[in-house]
Amino acid sequence: MASTLSRLGNWFNERAPGFMPMYRKHMTEYYAPKNFNLWYYFGSLALLVLVNQIVTGIFLTMNYKTSAAEAFNSVEYIMRDVEWGWLIRYMHSTGASLFFVVVFLHMFRGIMYGSFKKPRELVWILGMLIFLVLMAEAFMGYVLPWGNMSFWGAKVIISLFGTIPFIGDTLVQWIMGDYLPADSTLNRFFALHVIALPLVLLLLVVLHLAALHEVGSNNPDGVDVKHGPKGNRWSPDKPKDAIPFHPYYTVKDSFGVGFFLMIAAFIIFFAPTFGGWFLEHDNFTPANNLVTPSHIKPSWYFTPFYAILRMIPSFFGTAIWGVIGMFGAILLLALLPWLDQGAVRSVRYRGMGYRIALGVLVVSFLALGLVGAGVTAELIPAWFPGADVTTVENAFGRLMVLGYFGFFVFVWIYTRFGFEKTKPVPERVTMHD
Amino acid sequence: MIKRYLSSLALALGLAVAAAPALAAEDGEDLPPSGANVYDQASLQRGARLFFNYCVGCHSLKYVRYSRLAADLGLSEDEVMKNLNFTGAKFGETVVSHMPAEDAKGWFGKEPPDLTLEARAKGSDFIYNYLNSFYLDPSRPVGWNNTVFPNASMPNPLWELQGLQVAVHPEGKAGADAPVEKLELHTKGSMSPEEFQAATRDLTAFLEYTAEPAALERQSIGVWVLLFLAGLTFLLYLLKHEYWKDVHEHH
Repeated sequence: MASTLSRLGNWFNERAPGFMPMYRKHMTEYYAPKNFNLWYYFGSLALLVLVNQIVTGIFLTMNYKTSAAEAFNSVEYIMRDVEWGWLIRYMHSTGASLFFVVVFLHMFRGIMYGSFKKPRELVWILGMLIFLVLMAEAFMGYVLPWGNMSFWGAKVIISLFGTIPFIGDTLVQWIMGDYLPADSTLNRFFALHVIALPLVLLLLVVLHLAALHEVGSNNPDGVDVKHGPKGNRWSPDKPKDAIPFHPYYTVKDSFGVGFFLMIAAFIIFFAPTFGGWFLEHDNFTPANNLVTPSHIKPSWYFTPFYAILRMIPSFFGTAIWGVIGMFGAILLLALLPWLDQGAVRSVRYRGMGYRIALGVLVVSFLALGLVGAGVTAELIPAWFPGADVTTVENAFGRLMVLGYFGFFVFVWIYTRFGFEKTKPVPERVTMHD
Repeated sequence: MIKRYLSSLALALGLAVAAAPALAAEDGEDLPPSGANVYDQASLQRGARLFFNYCVGCHSLKYVRYSRLAADLGLSEDEVMKNLNFTGAKFGETVVSHMPAEDAKGWFGKEPPDLTLEARAKGSDFIYNYLNSFYLDPSRPVGWNNTVFPNASMPNPLWELQGLQVAVHPEGKAGADAPVEKLELHTKGSMSPEEFQAATRDLTAFLEYTAEPAALERQSIGVWVLLFLAGLTFLLYLLKHEYWKDVHEHH
């Protein structure tokens, strides 16, 4: 048995001598710092969800009908008549939301521990591109069930391009292929959602990982293990504070996967709509261009950006400022490696100003999410009886917009002009046990 | 460190579990809860009988097959075809009302909507309260109005069971635009108010079932999936612990 296996291995190596070195480079001889904490699970979990979306997506396309007349019915057909169709669909819809949960936490980890800083700017930029493509992918996927919220969500989001001067209206018609979201829109979104964007996404994920493995992983201490002492149990010239990705982190991530799957399964089997957050009530009504849902709002993961769009007022006779603000919110994240010029990576050793600013960023991002989802509009009448809801909501929302953008302005000034008082960074990683 | 992880993971799961009912509670939007129980098969059967006697004349369940109804409600083919199927459809076909759409528009102002997904679109509490809130209103085209869905085009199909309700306006206010303080039973129906509430609860449970037939099985499967994943995760934790022993010893 063993000799058969090794003969098979030899046969393979003779014909593809480059494969084993590649496996070693990315798995058994990829040395990662040994002090990863809870925040370091989300990268591998994002990969897991990506695979889930592709596999369940393939099975959904087997019964989904790409036409405005049949799409809604075909989704109900999947939910009722296809064997285990309901499970596949819930895995896909829950997976979409959990994808964003995991990716938001993954990005926050990067900001918190300075993983975007030199020499990992390229890893960060590729990650931001993944985030952009993921948002496009999620938006187009949301249109496919052709429920009423699919229709009106598509109409509102595509209309954003109408604010671009001169070409706006033509551009909107060009994107939709019609004067309203229609059969042609649904068909092209299907093509983009099912093949074009997933291919781009996969390529970017490969590049993201390849770029990471060139420079090596950061860690919660933000210490460069490559510059520390050399020599570990596996290699005399590799970092002392690093361990092989396989088997140490593969086995650790497997535990994370098990735990994550429990949360996912709980949602899929016991709360698949998640109280109207993952699958919205208005999307159980077929698309109807004559009936507007009472509250048009995007999926929860877009609500912070949607709130920025809504809170920035129109002036000079155009509404484009909100659109610029919304896309600017994402662009600023991508520019973080150049805005944040502090020498210290990890929040553990950064100045108090940075810690507070990071807290403000998190609070304003979450608060903007509530504003965008219409939660604040519901709470304000209860908390401030008699107050004008729009006035209070605008005041609160605009404060949170200031908080979000303020983070980037503050961090630039704070680090560019030497205001930051950092703590001493240890020579080597700390292990807290 | 591992203990700290486990406690924070436990906290996260605890929060997720605690948040679920709070989020689910958002469904009702301030309406009294329906109390409908989709897992009570007898209630579903009674609800189905009400639906096929009083609702299917106007409303379809175009995604629901008679055969699936039989299987899910514990009924035989004979029982379904004799007692529930009045449209002449085959056993494997879906529940389609015979009301002509064009005539319906003329009679009610709009086509009666398909009700398969009503419980997911509007919520069970809405259906239950809507069915209990019809009152006589001579100012409306069909003579009925509803406090839960004001100016609905639909007359009360269950008036023989419930009786006739009339609106009580606050003192000094009257007329079509006056606010409704409460509804009062003007003429008794064949059921007592308690019996009628129970009947509409059955009907609501039935519509909750039609909106998501998978609800009947997903929770019982989910328990086993979670138990399996809990075991798997525990084994993976032990495996990780074993592998990482030397990392913790060597630092």
